[in-house]
Amino acid sequence: MLNMSSYTLLLVLLALSAFGYTIGKRRAFSVAGDLPRGGRLHSRPAYYGALTVIWCGIPALLVLGFWLACEDYIITHLVASDLPESIRALPPERIGLILNDVKNLVEGNIVSGKISPAIQAAADHYQNLQTTSNAALAVAVLTLAMAGILIIRAKIQPTQRARNQVETVVKYILVACSTLAIFTTIGIVLSVLIEAIRFFTLIPVHEFLFGLKWSPQMAIRADQVGSSGAFGAIPVFMGTVLISAIAMVVAVPVGLMSAIYLSEYANTKFRAVAKPLIEILAGIPTVVYGFFAALTVAPFIRSIGSQFGLDVSSESALAAGSVMGIMIIPFVSSLSDDFINAVPQALRDGSYSLGATQSETIKKVIVPAALPGIVGGILLAVSRAIGETMIVVMAAGLSAKMTVNPLEAVTTVTVQIVTLLVGDQEFDSPKTLAAFALGLLLFVVTLLLNIIALRVVRKYREQYE
Amino acid sequence: MNKKEIKFKTPNRAQDIVLQSLAKRYRAERRFKLYGIGAIAFSLIFLSLLFVDIISKGYTAFQQTFVELEVFFDPDILSREALVKADYGAIVKNSLLAMFPDVQGRSDKRMLYSLVSSGAAYQLRDMVLKRPDLVGKKLSIWVPADDEVDMLVKGHFRRDVPESESRFSRKQLGWIDRLAADGKIQKKFNQTFFTAGDSREPEQAGIRGAVMGSFFTLLITLILSFPIGVAAAIYLEEFAPRNRWTDLIEININNLAAVPSIVFGLLGLAVFLNFFGLPRSAPLVGGLVLTLMTLPTIIIAGSSALKAVPPSIREAALGVGASRMQTVTHHVLPLALPGMLTGAIIGMARALGESAPLLMIGMVAFIVDIPTGLTDPSTVLPVQIYLWADSPERAFMERTSAAIIVLLAFLCIMNAGAIFLRRHFERRW
Repeated sequence: MLNMSSYTLLLVLLALSAFGYTIGKRRAFSVAGDLPRGGRLHSRPAYYGALTVIWCGIPALLVLGFWLACEDYIITHLVASDLPESIRALPPERIGLILNDVKNLVEGNIVSGKISPAIQAAADHYQNLQTTSNAALAVAVLTLAMAGILIIRAKIQPTQRARNQVETVVKYILVACSTLAIFTTIGIVLSVLIEAIRFFTLIPVHEFLFGLKWSPQMAIRADQVGSSGAFGAIPVFMGTVLISAIAMVVAVPVGLMSAIYLSEYANTKFRAVAKPLIEILAGIPTVVYGFFAALTVAPFIRSIGSQFGLDVSSESALAAGSVMGIMIIPFVSSLSDDFINAVPQALRDGSYSLGATQSETIKKVIVPAALPGIVGGILLAVSRAIGETMIVVMAAGLSAKMTVNPLEAVTTVTVQIVTLLVGDQEFDSPKTLAAFALGLLLFVVTLLLNIIALRVVRKYREQYE
Repeated sequence: MNKKEIKFKTPNRAQDIVLQSLAKRYRAERRFKLYGIGAIAFSLIFLSLLFVDIISKGYTAFQQTFVELEVFFDPDILSREALVKADYGAIVKNSLLAMFPDVQGRSDKRMLYSLVSSGAAYQLRDMVLKRPDLVGKKLSIWVPADDEVDMLVKGHFRRDVPESESRFSRKQLGWIDRLAADGKIQKKFNQTFFTAGDSREPEQAGIRGAVMGSFFTLLITLILSFPIGVAAAIYLEEFAPRNRWTDLIEININNLAAVPSIVFGLLGLAVFLNFFGLPRSAPLVGGLVLTLMTLPTIIIAGSSALKAVPPSIREAALGVGASRMQTVTHHVLPLALPGMLTGAIIGMARALGESAPLLMIGMVAFIVDIPTGLTDPSTVLPVQIYLWADSPERAFMERTSAAIIVLLAFLCIMNAGAIFLRRHFERRW
């Protein structure tokens, strides 16, 4: 864990590296000074400094990172194996709780239950080990850093290819940074998949995918009312589809028409003002939309509904969906705008020369020509709508109903993930794991939509380039 | 042209059909154009509605109603215990009673006491602790009114409802009117809103804790995502060979940019909290999650900034003997940096407004203390807005809107910075 001493260590390491830079540079000057006239360093002196920094900093940092990652695990293990026999005989969950108590005691937090002498002893042991570990870490890191400086200082020669070596290291760092994206994806897939598989061992996959009842409340006591946990996700999917459909009904016509107007009719002045203004809609945080949907739009729709004698839920799908649609307008419009602009002028000119009006040209020539791109944009917008969280968490309901009535309250995948995971969770109840199963589905669906959309868009771009 | 000529002219049929339908086609043209204007107007009207609604709901929160009390720092009460622990609530109550000596009976007194915020006692305590010589003195002090009184003074509660439905009894309304007539109730700038952490009492709640949480979270995000994003963009644009692996990385980045943010929250929960055992609710973890989320944005912006640098620059540098790395670090990168910074600021603005993934890693706790470090439990501004939006008190609605105004102001500043950078430093070739 990061604590004060590792910050200090990091600072010392940084200072040492800076010191190493000057040492390396000066060494380079001094070895160059020994040479007869005309003798040259292979690289500029700064590269020798940089090389020293690399040798001083990188191994030490690696050790530091590795140590901090493993320290907690190893110490816990040592403490656990040193616990009295009576405690070690307990089932593993209980040992885990006791170890948590020990850690809390070490950090000076409030401990659950009474402190038994055994736990106190274990806490002392833990603290001892931690102190030793910190000291050992400091010694190891600083020795490594200084050794790095000394070794490289001894090795610096005018013929040393310092620049090439530094550049190779830098290039590997660049490669590592670019592969982080891959690791993120792997991390997402693994973390969601593992928990989801655990969920599917408790609840069969077909029951989850095709079940018609969703009520993830698990019983705390056996005789509790409403204790049945039902994990049929169809009602949740229905709600998601309903709200996304409402959003698209708002976003597609408005977004498309504004894109058409901006790219075909508007003069540059109007365009320069209107386009950024519309794009503000995409920059507003989603909590703000959620607040607006829940406190302004939903009551408004409710009061209009009651004037017509309709019973509108205060968490109606219509309120959440329409506000979400407005949020998505800029996604549709800016992508469509790009594609409409990419349609070659020759197509327009050909259409005009046949006597078509501007709107006929747009409807019959430009939109069909740009259609693949527009569809790609709309698919991206759909994936955005499905994954949107805050608006629905704040403005949509929690109860999973099988309905297509936009005036009723429905729930969505993202709402369920949030409600299942916010607060304290245990990671062995199907309730918590269900959130990961939903997350897996959400990820897979949006990923498919994105892949299709990006492929369509890319194909389309190549068509006119 | 005379009549005869027209009569005998053979009709040009295609021309006629066109002329006949022309009026209709022009109408369709005008209609179509109108739809376009309508669509834009719809978006803009909604945008202005949103702003007007939030500002009109929120601007009043920047003021808070205060009540002036004649406070006697009674040595009898204060000397009973240490100054820190003394019963300051009693002092507040006594000064209220001194103003309304005719109030008798337990329930009446309780109603009277409820006019003033429970934070008044803490305010007095802080004053006495700072200046112990106040003990035994009489002072007139402005203390915050209770949130319901605040709402009444600001006109959010109606007075003309029957007593049974009103939040205030007739007596309370009478006291408030008397205080108002004496000039002892006034609205003043709401400093607490900017200096306090969260609280269950609206009049003591502030956004400082959330702002600091956002600051630490974004600090981590910026420190990690900008260098990593720039490095990745440089590799992909300048060094990577065109092969399957590079394609895979690029497709991956584009896909990650469109993954729902809540999925990143699940990743953070499973990997950072459960696997690495990092603390819950910490800005450190929030920053890590947001880093992964904003990286694709920054990489994509960085790549396009690098693409915009003309090849002639690279060729010239290579021509005078620079290595490829030197070409990039000395020539290409400085030219692409404004574009990269713009992308980074836009990514940061998105991260600042993001809340869904942070809910997953426990940044939704009720936290009163203002965080001072990267591992202190904290929340962020958008999550604070979410939490307050759920609170039933009318005064929290006002504060939610005010917090939104603050958030939007930060976003405006960041985006204005991005536009400024783009206008002044980005070169076009």
